[in-house]
Amino acid sequence: MKQVLTGNEAAAIAAKLARVKVVSAYPITPQTAIVEKLAEFVANGELDAEFMKVESEHSAMSACIGAAAVGARAFTATSSQGLMLMSEMLYIAAGLRLPIVMANANRALSAPLNIWCDQQDSMAVRDSGWVQLYCENNQEILDSVLQAYRVAEELMLPVMVCFDGYILSHTAEPVDVPTQEEVDDFLPPYKPPHPLDPARPVTMGPVGVPEYYQEIRYMLQEALLAAKDKIIEVDREYGKKFGRRYGLVESYRSDDAEIILLTLGSLSGTAKDLIDRCRRRGERVGLVRVRTYRPFPREALVKALRHAKAVAVLEKDISLGWTGALFADISCALANVEGAPLLLNFICGLGGRDVSPLQIREALRAAARAVEAGEVRRPVRWLGLREKLVGLRA
Amino acid sequence: MHKNFLPTGVASWMVEGDILKITAGAIITEAGSTAQTETGSWRTFKPVINEAKCTGCGICWMFCPEPAISKGKPARVDYRYCKGCGICANECPFKAITMVQEERG
Amino acid sequence: MRAAPSIPEEELLAPGHRACAGCGCVLAMRYLLKALGRNIIISMATGCMEVVTTPYPETAWRVPWIHSAFENAAATAAGIAAGLKALGKKGIKSVAIAGDGGTADIGLQALSGAVERGDDVLFCCYDNEAYQNTGIQRSGATPFGAWTTTTPIGRVKRGEDRPKKDVPAIIAAHGAPYVATASVAYPLDFIEKLRKAAAIEGPTYVHVHAPCVPGWRIDTNKTIEVARLAVLTGSWVLYEVEGGQLRVTFKPPKRRPVVDYLKLQGRFRHLVDEEIARIQRMVDEQCRRFGIE
Repeated sequence: MKQVLTGNEAAAIAAKLARVKVVSAYPITPQTAIVEKLAEFVANGELDAEFMKVESEHSAMSACIGAAAVGARAFTATSSQGLMLMSEMLYIAAGLRLPIVMANANRALSAPLNIWCDQQDSMAVRDSGWVQLYCENNQEILDSVLQAYRVAEELMLPVMVCFDGYILSHTAEPVDVPTQEEVDDFLPPYKPPHPLDPARPVTMGPVGVPEYYQEIRYMLQEALLAAKDKIIEVDREYGKKFGRRYGLVESYRSDDAEIILLTLGSLSGTAKDLIDRCRRRGERVGLVRVRTYRPFPREALVKALRHAKAVAVLEKDISLGWTGALFADISCALANVEGAPLLLNFICGLGGRDVSPLQIREALRAAARAVEAGEVRRPVRWLGLREKLVGLRA
Repeated sequence: MHKNFLPTGVASWMVEGDILKITAGAIITEAGSTAQTETGSWRTFKPVINEAKCTGCGICWMFCPEPAISKGKPARVDYRYCKGCGICANECPFKAITMVQEERG
Repeated sequence: MRAAPSIPEEELLAPGHRACAGCGCVLAMRYLLKALGRNIIISMATGCMEVVTTPYPETAWRVPWIHSAFENAAATAAGIAAGLKALGKKGIKSVAIAGDGGTADIGLQALSGAVERGDDVLFCCYDNEAYQNTGIQRSGATPFGAWTTTTPIGRVKRGEDRPKKDVPAIIAAHGAPYVATASVAYPLDFIEKLRKAAAIEGPTYVHVHAPCVPGWRIDTNKTIEVARLAVLTGSWVLYEVEGGQLRVTFKPPKRRPVVDYLKLQGRFRHLVDEEIARIQRMVDEQCRRFGIE
């Protein structure tokens, strides 16, 4: 049934449909409505779950860990500083192999304080061992949360569903909401192999001494790499049941493109419009959207990008002291690929700075110039930056 | 896993043929498996119980941190695990336990 | 006269763990398991007990047990309690265990949150009065005057210069239905208090004083004697707060001078008469508040 939902509502409704048993979340802008909505569902008896009024994000994730460890499906949501505060526990949840699902409303990182959208927060924890999915619209948020539990519980890995703060979290769009019966048919109950249970006592989280730690870590890495196939498998089944599929990456008019934009999240929507306009003028441009960022979909991206002459990577994050994270990753993926395209990085939209089609067009032009020149003179540029006002250049 | 590359200190019961048996997430499914490590090798002094003096009060059993002493008359030390701390000897109301320096090869 | 609590012979903590010879804290763990039995799930903070009992691939625990991090034993245990409730699993107690570090300092927020929420968790703090596992650094629970590696004895500063943080009082002030202090030298009392706490649905707190051989600089065989002297000198008071009502559960019949307790411990060896007198005044004041002569 189609409802008009904000991204936050879509995430909350998905958690409800997933029949989560423990919600342990702390409010933070712009995710707050998720927590409020779930509190409402529990208070109304619409969701049969324990709603924990935790006192911080660190405790939120800790409680999710406890709940998942005893066999209760757990859900949380956060953003920015909250994600940073719980970051210790993110690595631990992955190391403990607990299938927690979390919604992250992408928001900039302090300092200075900024409540608006960018992707620095989830990028900062890309090494944590969580599967990371980036959504383009609110429909995808709902669908991804549901898919996430299947992927998580079948591989015993935590999954983070990321979506742009304010742009998606607070914007209402039509979303097709499946029925509880349809979701029950897709998502069976959670049955971990070794839950904490007095009947069969196990020890979780021991001291992983040097004789074993490396192998234990390797197993986690293998699980994360296996998630690529699992995501595709679950997505395919979801597509059959609900008519919507997302895959690891999405290609938009890029099969014969000479210049391809590579991006994540809602920026893709704006970029696709521009691509259409450029195509109408005969420009051979296209877009590839990274939907699954961790595990990094190397094979799918190399396949989608290698034929292009240039790839303009647009991202709302910066790995300070180096380039954007996605740019570094795709550079690595294409490093030994013969005839790989030229790569350019465009940092944009930080702290909620609006990314306009004009800015994206600037990126396309820079890519075209690089193709003509046969080289990239400035690999990293910032879009929409008022360079003249920046203190360093005074 | 090739045996030559196994780091030292891997317990032999963790290896089955070529495979290092690790449960995902390093979950330990065998409860109480520290019993495989005989900490008795730690001690310098060992408790010796004077069976005539022992009344079977159980105080030594109560205060043993391992535990490496069993209730009974007389109490019996499990020398596989006893670390020789001497709490039992210190607490015994009947002075029935003496700490004796151990001879070791 | 109260009947002594029944102490099962079954050991739910296997020997072969790596605790120091004479460790008071592992004894506390042994007592906790005797008090509570099999139907528990333990969430333990990083610290001595966690490290000495779970060197992969071995574990000393014969009950379900999880360690996630240092500051969050209470939060993880709260999640366990919520999970059990959501799954309709009754009769299993969620127990959080942490040292004084993971309780009084880095663990205080999570503990406070769990108590404020009324989570059904029994929190047990084993107090060896410093961050012992990392090599004897002071904690908020380190008593006044004690040597630790971060409160060393030098020309300018001589040992811990702050009084011990009163965590039981903090938890009682939260309105927790049951708060108690205990000592490894009084195991029956400790076991009784744990059982009382476990029987209550809601947040309960038991704080057990447990000497550390290397950290307190005592002989390995003196653990119980030293813990007993802490109580007999009034340095450590055994009490309960039940439904907001304070009751001292043991009053030393003839309170001994604090020097009897201090002189057995190398961490107090540096104290001069003036400093000992000061500590005696602090203990006297504490005993006055508790109605101990």
